[in-house]
Amino acid sequence: MSEIEKVYPAGLATNIQKPISDPGIEPHRVRMTDKSEKAAKGAEQQIAVMFGISVIGAIVSIWGFFAFPIDSLADTRNNAFWMGIGMALSLLGIGFGAVHWAKTLMPDHEVAEARHQARTPDEARAKAIEIIKTADAESGFTRRKLIRRSLYGALAIFPIPALVIFGDLGPQVGDTLKHTIWKKGVRLVRDSHEGGTPIKASEVTIGSVFHVVPENLKDIEDHAEKLNQKAKAAVLLVRVEPSELKEDPAKASWSYDGIVAYSKICTHVGCPVALYEQHTHHLLCPCHQSTFDLADHCKVIFGPASRPLPQLAIEVDAEGYLVAQGDFTEPVGPSFWDIRQS
Amino acid sequence: MRRRPWAIGFVIFLGLVLSGGGYAAATNVVQSEVSSADQVAEGRKLFLANCASCHGSNGEGAIGGPSLIGVGAASVDFQVGTGRMPGQASGPQLYKKPVQFTEEQIAAMAAYVASLAPGPAIPDAEYLRTTGEDIDLTHGSELFRINCAMCHNAVGAGGALTEGKFAPALGGVTEKHIYEAMVTGPQNMPVFNDANLTPEDKRDIIAYLKYVEENESVGGYELASIGPVAEGLFVWIFGLGFIIAITVWLGAKAN
Repeated sequence: MSEIEKVYPAGLATNIQKPISDPGIEPHRVRMTDKSEKAAKGAEQQIAVMFGISVIGAIVSIWGFFAFPIDSLADTRNNAFWMGIGMALSLLGIGFGAVHWAKTLMPDHEVAEARHQARTPDEARAKAIEIIKTADAESGFTRRKLIRRSLYGALAIFPIPALVIFGDLGPQVGDTLKHTIWKKGVRLVRDSHEGGTPIKASEVTIGSVFHVVPENLKDIEDHAEKLNQKAKAAVLLVRVEPSELKEDPAKASWSYDGIVAYSKICTHVGCPVALYEQHTHHLLCPCHQSTFDLADHCKVIFGPASRPLPQLAIEVDAEGYLVAQGDFTEPVGPSFWDIRQS
Repeated sequence: MRRRPWAIGFVIFLGLVLSGGGYAAATNVVQSEVSSADQVAEGRKLFLANCASCHGSNGEGAIGGPSLIGVGAASVDFQVGTGRMPGQASGPQLYKKPVQFTEEQIAAMAAYVASLAPGPAIPDAEYLRTTGEDIDLTHGSELFRINCAMCHNAVGAGGALTEGKFAPALGGVTEKHIYEAMVTGPQNMPVFNDANLTPEDKRDIIAYLKYVEENESVGGYELASIGPVAEGLFVWIFGLGFIIAITVWLGAKAN
């Protein structure tokens, strides 16, 4: 056992006898510009050219502003491009010139400066303590208990109003995650900013895809609320050959002659899932490649989603239009921690 | 009054001309392109020589090829007219390639397949216009974003699907082929029938695509319009590369 191993436990051994020696400053290398006046002159010209490029850049930028006036949105392309290039050149020209100047012509002798002692001298420390003691004696902080304790109390209470403000962050989520505006008898309509038209079952031919919202969405006046409800209620409507559907007998009445409707909101993080492949019946989410088998109750067959897309039960009303049998039977969109609690 | 024999003949002749001509005129309205029996026969010959090994000798489908009964002339015109058919190799998806037939041959095959069962017809030139007072680009853009952009990208640059399939880029595709793709749903593309997107809706969508194709992007260089991946890669390689190069230069000593 060596000397070091005796003194220090394993893992802490440090060879204090032979510390790494200070390599000192590396030897000074003389630059071309120091050796030859011609090279120095050349560097001077290069720096001047860089500053000159900066001036040209500024002119290009001003030219871009006037040469491409923004009369329509399409003009912003050239305007922004030339002004941006010009500004970049004018800033980089100054920067590159300054760095090149420092590197080639300013003195480059290596210098070492020792660190200062970090500890404050003892006299200064004693003086500081004396100041604190004097202040305590003069203010009576230690002597006058009532003042001190009431101050502690005030300091403890004063942040509470800041906490109360958090109560104003907005309404509680409540059960809004668990319901959409789909109701029994609500017609399925085409997604459109004008409100959308209802869809007849006969219009949905095999292989067709309709992007659907509930008809009662257009009754919502408030724009923000409308978007919130649309984000939950969006549905993809597809007709497949009925023999290709693998239907759970309990949910067989949810489809209509091969027409099925599923929530368009991914159960992973809520992107709209709408990339439908007619023959494989794959439904792909473009964000993280979750893939659902539309013919098999939108079972997850690939990707990070962990539960199938909820199915909207549909039927046909007296006029032949597709309507919902009710709301989704489970929450749409991303899962959350109490999703199974009612 | 005694009728003259030639008058009866004249009346019969007139009746035949009117009913026959009227019928022809009426059917012309229903099917804009009346295909002659010769064309169908020519189409059948071409079909037997080039298509029947996969699609069956009567277009009923066979191993490797789906049934063509009811797919209509539009389907043939799209598949053969873009070179996807005859398919060159089986795989996740058939690629566009140089067209293998003349326009007359394609029209003949389309007429033959259309004669098997009714199906979507080759679109009327009226719905392939991209300019005109009644064309609504904004409407076309909204419909494209709702129905098409999830696969084909918001400006039609195309995108990936599952297991090696992809939605092709739409730049450079003719108006007629875009229309036919919507109405027939080639390969894994869904169908957008006239009840879902009316012919006028389809025309607006095509006009929007052509507008995007012909006008340069407002937001600067597109980098192939494939979105954050291309832009991110560009910044990582060229932006960070530039910063690293400057850092190395700042730290290096002058010669």
